[in-house]
Order: sequence, then structure tokens, then C-alpha cells
Amino acid sequence: MTKPLSAPLDVGFDYTRSTGPTLGRFLSDLRRRKVTGIRGSDGRVHVPPLEYDPVTAERLTEFVDVASTGVVRGWSWIPEPLEAQPLDRPFAWALIQLDGADTSLLHAVDAGSPDRMSTGARVRVRWRADRVGAITDIECFELSDEPSDEPVEADDVTMVTTPVHLHYTHSASPTEDPFLRGLMDGRLIAQRCPACEKVYFPPRPACPTDGVPTTDQIELSDRGTITTFCVVNVPFLGQRIPPPYVSAYVLLDGADIPFLHLLLGVAPEDVRMGMRVEAVWKPREEWGPTMQNIDHFRPSGEPDAPFDSYSQHL
Amino acid sequence: MRPAAVVGTGQTHHAAKRLDVSMAGLCREAIDRAMADAGVDWPDIDAVVLGKAPDLFEGVMMPELFLSDALGAVGKPLLRVHTAGSVGGSTGNVAASLVQSGVHDRVLAVAFEKQSESNAMWALSVPTPFTMPVHAGAGGYFAPHVRAYIRRAGAPEHVGAMVAAKDRRNGALNPYAHLKQPDITVESVRASTMLWDPIRYDETCPSSDGACAVVISAAETSGPAAWIRATAMRTEPTTFAGRDQVNPQAGRDAARALWKQAGITDPLSEVDAAEIYVPFSWFEPMWLENLGFTDTGQGWKLTEAGETEIGGRLPVNPSGGVLSSNPIGASGLLRFAEAAMQVMGTAGEHQVDGVRTALGHAYGGGSQFFAMWVVGSERP
Ligand SMILES: [Zn+2]
Repeated sequence: MTKPLSAPLDVGFDYTRSTGPTLGRFLSDLRRRKVTGIRGSDGRVHVPPLEYDPVTAERLTEFVDVASTGVVRGWSWIPEPLEAQPLDRPFAWALIQLDGADTSLLHAVDAGSPDRMSTGARVRVRWRADRVGAITDIECFELSDEPSDEPVEADDVTMVTTPVHLHYTHSASPTEDPFLRGLMDGRLIAQRCPACEKVYFPPRPACPTDGVPTTDQIELSDRGTITTFCVVNVPFLGQRIPPPYVSAYVLLDGADIPFLHLLLGVAPEDVRMGMRVEAVWKPREEWGPTMQNIDHFRPSGEPDAPFDSYSQHL
Repeated sequence: MRPAAVVGTGQTHHAAKRLDVSMAGLCREAIDRAMADAGVDWPDIDAVVLGKAPDLFEGVMMPELFLSDALGAVGKPLLRVHTAGSVGGSTGNVAASLVQSGVHDRVLAVAFEKQSESNAMWALSVPTPFTMPVHAGAGGYFAPHVRAYIRRAGAPEHVGAMVAAKDRRNGALNPYAHLKQPDITVESVRASTMLWDPIRYDETCPSSDGACAVVISAAETSGPAAWIRATAMRTEPTTFAGRDQVNPQAGRDAARALWKQAGITDPLSEVDAAEIYVPFSWFEPMWLENLGFTDTGQGWKLTEAGETEIGGRLPVNPSGGVLSSNPIGASGLLRFAEAAMQVMGTAGEHQVDGVRTALGHAYGGGSQFFAMWVVGSERP
């Protein structure tokens, strides 16, 4: 069997987070080169501070200054740092109990070599020069028993931005693969369920109704019927076509399920349910393994299909 | 199955941006109100059930972990429920089942969404390779099915605007609602921008930050109780050949099971108020049919006759509904809680007179998850 088609899929978004009063104080203080904890109902000082007590669930309010020096309570060596980790050279992830705190904070220690790391080692904060009010204002910890830089003045922080990026390899399923390779040749390959005889385009690995593999391959023409549609008048992030345009469900002749595609070549107000359409293909040299080979659909000029011919596909 | 009741409800002031609170603080605003309403404290809660919409909304994969302190769940069972936009309703049903089954005596259900700190577009339509990217978010997804409903039912075009105007006016009676538009009219809705034809701007839900919580108990506490007479959930795939996207089978099956369990044979006569998940105005008549309040194709006639207004035969969304506040993950539990409030007589300005039986309803995904409950004033 040939390896199914695959392609990179990268998604990313800069999420924002309202800090609320507790983490807001912690992050604002980091910007000031200060570390702040909070006292729990049992007297323990939590660093980072907790908004709600883990014992009583009550809101906590008694902030406590802790030192920027502390002790390593446990660690793990990272010989090959990954993207977005705190350091781009080998380092230790460590649980660090700051002096004055009763809980440990997870952060990086720039120790140079695992030989220099030990549980019980004394460390201090290395402050980032350009601080924004984030946990990364602590660039990392370093092996030292000397105090860190003195606090400075800075504005409060109430919002943080957390970029999230995911890098996938998106692979087509073995069923999708012949469909996509067919598209490269300008052919529309569907599959029929051997049990209910419904024709799926695009094909599925299994019939959703019967749960059996859809083994029978058939080729469809590039003509069909608009079952229903909407006129998109609203601009949105990542939009490819300037609105207004028509996003339509196209039921290809011989298929039993419609799919969404673009309808052009007709004024949006003239589009009708039941309108007969045909595919407009991109120039052959632009074809790839994608439904985007069909640039859009346009009216074919045939009389509208009767409602009963597509009403069971709404 | 032993009886269980809602004994306390709470919700946040919903708004476009609740920048004053963290996600934990947002949840607690609702929880603290629900616990005060129920007259219970943390030692009285045996388990916590959390609902939130899909992870990509807020980029938070495991809210149940980072919120466990805030939810008072340390040392207690904590479950997360995950059924897209219907999740708030499913959360209520899961919490109810934990009490009805005798596993726990008192359960806290909480659901939230902070849409201002999320990316709904990304969450709903990641541009996967090899596909044709023509989607336009939730409105673009549902608009063709709304068009199909209008055609199938032969509904006049102004019915959608009637729903929007009614729900927004009701929202003006609800102190917690995000949108309060007492002066909105059918004409002003019809004059608003057409976004995803046939859905206009004023016929779409807002994007809200908010949370909702309910306390469900096997026995009454200090105040009134809304007894859970029936719960139902059903699911179907997003697409399959011959799927009825206007009147989905899963919703019809859930409703049939719900009415049977509640002993209700004529829902329109026996239900006094309904909180139905209506994010786009036309879903009111669509779900009236799907739920069996009317025959197929007849739902819009109930709306057009004004029977879904407060004071009508079946007031629908007296709280203002999803069209007035939509913190997605919480929206289903808000419907369930508002139904309970109607039965408990605690709905304030938007209280419908004499409610003894009320429906809470939620749906999610591409109309593929359905959750609903019936609550009543009498212990079953
Ligand atoms: Zn089949």
C-alpha cells in the first residue's frame, strides 16, 4: 500500500488571560523583581499564590513576600531543549522552594551540567532585563546563595498573553487517499456503502449509518444541485473571498450527501434552492490533491431540480 | 431511581468581557450565589461536575485540573463533561444522575466560558489540508439549515425577527443578561444587517463571558426546590446521508424519552415555561417542532401567534435565552437553571406566573448533541 498523502498543519493563536486579583499581584510583583506568595488557611505560604484555598476553598487574601533565593527540592536534566522552553541550552527543570515559602515552584536552572545539580542545592532568581509581568520574567534560576537584584518600580499587570502553537502532520485516511489522487487528475471519486447503497462524496472509511467499510468506488460527474445555501455578508479572520459570496451545499448527481463549496457567477439574490450547477476547475497546472482544484461552482443553465429530488438531503 | 432536586442556582453578570476576574473567579461568582441560594456550605457538597465547551475556545485542555481549588473539589470526586455547546445541559444531567442513582447526596454542577479570551473561529474551523475552506463560523454553518427550515415549513420571513425581539425584551427583565434591549422591535431587527443570509445581526447570539452553577440534592434544603422529573440526552453524527439537519433524529428521540419519563403526554398543555437553546432566532420554531410542542412545520405558528411570549400559552426563554447571553459552555446550564428558577419562583422580573412544570434544553455541535430536563414543583 502506498503511504497516504500528508501535509503540514500549523495552527496558532495568542490567547489572552485576565489574571484576576491574585495572579495579577504575583505577576505585577515579578515585573518589580519581587516574588509574592499567599498564606493558606493552614498557615502554609503558597508560591505561586493560589486564588482559593486548597483546604477550605475560601478566597485567600494574605499576600506574603518571599525571597528570590531558595533550595532545589527535586530536578530533571533536559539535555536537548524543545521549542519554547526557557533556555536554548541544556538545563534542569527543578522544583524550587523559595526561602519563606512552603511549596515549590517549577522553573529552569541554568546549571551548565547535570554534575553541578543536586537536590538541596541553593539557587537564586536570574531576572530578565525586559520584564512584562509573566512567569518568564524569571529568566531562570542560577546556582548561587547570593541575593538577586533589588526590586524596582513597575506598573500593575491585569492581562497576560499566552501564544499557543501546534504543529501537526495531517495525513489523509486510506479511503481519502484515492479520492485526493483522483482530484489530481480532475476526477471525482466517491464510494458506495455495500449495505445501504448510499454514495458518499467525499468518501468515508465507513458508512456512518451501517458501520461497514465503503468498498465500492464510483466516479461522479461535476454537475449537481444546490440543496441549501447561505449568503456570507460578514468578514471574518482568514476569509479568502471578499463578501458577499454564497456558501452552498452541492449535491453531485449520483451522490447521497451534499458538501459545502463556493457558488459564483450569479448574483447572491438570484441563487435558489434546487439550482443546477457545474464545477469551474482551476487551470490544470494548479491542480493538487485538494477540493480546491474546483475553484467554484456556477449555474449550469439547466432548469431547477424539483424540491422532492433533494428534500431528503436537507 | 430516587428523587433529586435543584435546591440552589447562581449565575454571573454576563458581559462581552469580564476582565475583572480570572476564570476561577468567574466560576466562583456563580458558585457562591448558588451555594448561598441553596443555603449550603462546602462540607455539604459531595462531588463537583464541571462543563466547558471545546478546548480550543480558551486553549485550556484541562480546566478541571487548574480549577480544582476554586471549585472546592479538593478531596472530592470531580468530573468534567464535554459535549460542545450542549455541555451545560449535559453537566446538569450528569450531576442529576449522580444524586438520582444514590452515589452522592448533594452535587455541585458548574459550567463556564470566557469567550473574550478565546478564539471561537479557530475552535470551530481549523483549516485542515485538502479541504475547501468556505466556512464562516457558527452562523455560516447554521444559516443554510435555517433556510431549509423556512422553505420546508413555508414560514413567513418575519417570524425570526419576532423571536429575536421577544428574547431581547425578556433579557431586559433579567439582571444577569448580557444584552438588555427593552426598546427592540420586530422592525428594528428586520432593519439590522444581514450577516449570513437568512440570519440577521439582531437574530444572532452575543459572545459572552459568564458562568452558571446549580446545587442538586436528594433532599430539600432551606429554600424552595425544583424536582427533576426527567432527564434525557441523545447524540448523532454531524453528517450522514439522509440526515435531517432541520429536525434531527437525536433531538426527537431525546424529547420522546423525556416526555415519557416525566409522564407528559401533551407537552404544550402540560409545560408552563421552556428555556430552549436558541442561538439564532429561527431555532425557536425549529426546536418547538423537534421537541414535540407542535407538529412538524407548525412551530412558527405558535411563535407568530405570540404564544411564546411571557403570558402566552408556552413562554419560551423568559430569561432572554441564548440570544441575550451566550457564554457557550454555560449556556446550556443557564437554560436548565432558569427552568428551575421558574419552578422555584425565584426568577424575579422575568418570572412567569404559576409555573409548576418547566423544560430546560440544550444542543451542541452541528445539532448533534441534545440534553434536556423537566423540573417540577412537586416531589415525584
Ligand atoms: Zn450504509
